[in-house]
Amino acid sequence: MLNFAYARPDSLEAARALMRETDGAAFIAGGTDMLNRIRDGVDAPDILVDISRLDLDGIDFDDARLSIRAMARNTAIAADDRVRRHFPLIADAIEAGASPQVRNFASAAGNILQATRCPYFRDAASPCNRRDPGSGCSAIAGESRKLGILGVSAFCIATHGSDLAVALAALDAQVITMPTSGGRRVLPIAELHRLPEGTPEAVTNLEPGEMILRIEVPRVSADLRSAYVKTRDRASFGYALVSAGVALDVADGRVRSARIALGGVAPRPWRATAAEEALRGVSPSGDAIRAAAALSTAGATPTDDNRFKIDLTRRVVERALAEALA
Amino acid sequence: MSDDDVTRREFMETAGVVAASLPWLAASPAGAQDAGPIIDGASDVSMVVNGEPRTARIAPNMTLLDTLREELDLTGTKKGCNQGGCGACTIWIDGERANACMTLAIMHEGREITTIEALANGDDLHPLQRAFIENDAFQCGFCTSGQIMSGVKVLEEGLPATEAGLTEAMNGNICRCSAYPQIRAALRDVAGKG
Repeated sequence: MLNFAYARPDSLEAARALMRETDGAAFIAGGTDMLNRIRDGVDAPDILVDISRLDLDGIDFDDARLSIRAMARNTAIAADDRVRRHFPLIADAIEAGASPQVRNFASAAGNILQATRCPYFRDAASPCNRRDPGSGCSAIAGESRKLGILGVSAFCIATHGSDLAVALAALDAQVITMPTSGGRRVLPIAELHRLPEGTPEAVTNLEPGEMILRIEVPRVSADLRSAYVKTRDRASFGYALVSAGVALDVADGRVRSARIALGGVAPRPWRATAAEEALRGVSPSGDAIRAAAALSTAGATPTDDNRFKIDLTRRVVERALAEALA
Repeated sequence: MSDDDVTRREFMETAGVVAASLPWLAASPAGAQDAGPIIDGASDVSMVVNGEPRTARIAPNMTLLDTLREELDLTGTKKGCNQGGCGACTIWIDGERANACMTLAIMHEGREITTIEALANGDDLHPLQRAFIENDAFQCGFCTSGQIMSGVKVLEEGLPATEAGLTEAMNGNICRCSAYPQIRAALRDVAGKG
């Protein structure tokens, strides 16, 4: 592995100062994504700033929101009674991803900031616009079966691999950050990741050195019905071909609001807004669910290799809606 | 450890394949004095490994896996994929199972690390080690220490009732010889006797 220097600041302020004043510094939290990026030659930080021992662990819960602090481990989040009771979608999504060994150390913030998935991005020998701007996209003309169909561009079709981020997108979460200039900033989860467009190297809307402190999930309805459905190439421990997290607010037999987020199909968690609209006010029957699910891939631009994901996405959404309503 | 392995390791050490330590340097950049030292090069990292205080002089980029195997001579923990996908390097950090390849040793100053070497008491094997032998739960054996370190934690958490649940709980440990049914049988044996 490429070498780097290492620092373990003992306070948030010290971490902020270090990030502000040091070129080439990157955070390391759980390390489960960062170390592979360094080994793959995708990232080459000069200094890793270890934030894993800062006071950033734990989960807070009150009448208004669930607050997942940045260093809360995936295992701890999924095991938390309050999360399981009020936001089972979050626990289900976490448990659909990775392995116990990875979940024990992967942090909440690191999970949603994990690098997008594409075998060419991870292979330093292949041209890749995201890793090496202007070098071209190997995936579009290459092996693209697992890659994106929504929100992609002519420059990049990588997908985001976080199951947790899909659940958080369906729950309208927001991230609270600490920019290096000080103070705090609030970013809706929908604005955390950028679409590739012509600049796939810019992955998030975080500023250099900006640190996620916590993720807040608003409590909007006492009786949210949710489900997470994930398909992948093997039975377990794999990234999604397609996944869907749905959160439905149903009252008096009608859908008051539907929130549908997709994973494995786009460079960020993807909200299927046309399908959500189609369900509003509807008395959910099999036909209504199927019709809404058919809208979940509106605007898709697949390759020949991953065209199957259109039908698969609709089926996954249909099943997730049916499970949530069952 | 087989005689073969001893010979191979001795050869590697005499041949100087084990990494030489890098020059040591600790400095604070101007304006970041409260951030602690920036460690650039080898430094001493102390952990409690299998109940004993151990110190290794390592560069920041040494994984916990390489530190255990190359610096502390604990080679029961295996390097399979070296990217968190196979589980051959499963150890415990402060009692939680982890992939030793997915973390840096320097991040674990002061922590308790447990490896497969700590499970048996002399020739008295851990019940899961015995159950692996009795159930023929390995063929080549390369994944076995990771399987067992993972399996002991699954037993502590409470063995899932269904085969699918047990498969999921052990999903971070790949066995290329595909001894999965025997591994599950070994786990059920120990849980049944518990």
